[in-house]
Amino acid sequence: MENIRLIEVKEEILADNIKQAAEIRERLRKTKTMLLNLMSSPGSGKTSLIIQTIANLKGSLRLGVIEADIDSTVDAEKVAAQGIPAVQLRTGGFCHLDATMVTQGIDALAVSDLDLVIIENVGNLVCPAEFDTGAHKNVMILSVPEGDDKPLKYPLMFSICDLLLINKVDYLSLSDFNIAVLRKRVLALNPDIAIMEVSCKTGSGIEGWIDWLKREVEIFRGLK
Amino acid sequence: MHELPITESILKIVLKHAETNNVRQVMAIHLQVGKLSDLEDEWIQRYFDYLSKGTVAQGAKLKIERTPIMVQCNTCSASYEAEMAKLGDLVCPACGGRAGTLLSGREYYIKEMEVQ
Repeated sequence: MENIRLIEVKEEILADNIKQAAEIRERLRKTKTMLLNLMSSPGSGKTSLIIQTIANLKGSLRLGVIEADIDSTVDAEKVAAQGIPAVQLRTGGFCHLDATMVTQGIDALAVSDLDLVIIENVGNLVCPAEFDTGAHKNVMILSVPEGDDKPLKYPLMFSICDLLLINKVDYLSLSDFNIAVLRKRVLALNPDIAIMEVSCKTGSGIEGWIDWLKREVEIFRGLK
Repeated sequence: MHELPITESILKIVLKHAETNNVRQVMAIHLQVGKLSDLEDEWIQRYFDYLSKGTVAQGAKLKIERTPIMVQCNTCSASYEAEMAKLGDLVCPACGGRAGTLLSGREYYIKEMEVQ
């Protein structure tokens, strides 16, 4: 019998994705287009937030949207109806977007004419956290009906985001969701994360999110 | 849930090394995966068995070593190991500090492979 040899491999499994994500960041730095990756569970309000954002940013920032859906175009149609450039990526059953898919989305948008591109990632708190999309900022939504225990179940997602939006705060009175407990759990994992409370339905707190977004884009573009 | 794309990457890297080293058969692949990852070992092996059919890696066993989640205390800078379920409620064993920064636990790494 032949001897078994040992070969050293020493490679990152996700090296291709890490490299591609770095290329996206560099490419968009040149066109001064900030890329924001929006993540959450299904039904927590990603599309509603994007529609609110479009309405509030019209005339001040040039916005584009990359929509990811496993196999439908519902979200892209809603966004395009607002009159802004949107591309739909069908992930074909994949549970997340990777940097290669995002590159296709960027190629399809005329990014040099845009200040900000928002990626609406696949609704899922697990897989999108593992794959760098090439975004400059990562933002997540947690909605009140999902419960305040989510940082304990999906710590990676909470640890990689720059901003957490707590959506559907209009449901708070009907729920045992404890905002103070949630904040404590999230900040223990990620002391640098910003946390805001919003309701896409009533519009409460949306102003704070829009101000955050405008400030981040200005910093990114070197205006501040 | 994302075992499939991870497994595709593993196979691609393994076959590349197999070719440059004139490998006839890959027997085992040693991986390091951080405990923060939700990957299921059993599913990676199943996907691997499916994807590797007809290649020199067919039948190879994936040996997965789980690397610990290490946290650095934001107060006293001591580093310590944390369990995933306790990450939302950190307590530094050295000073009792309640906030920390993740040092490791997200690894996806191929260490080596056993071949003939």
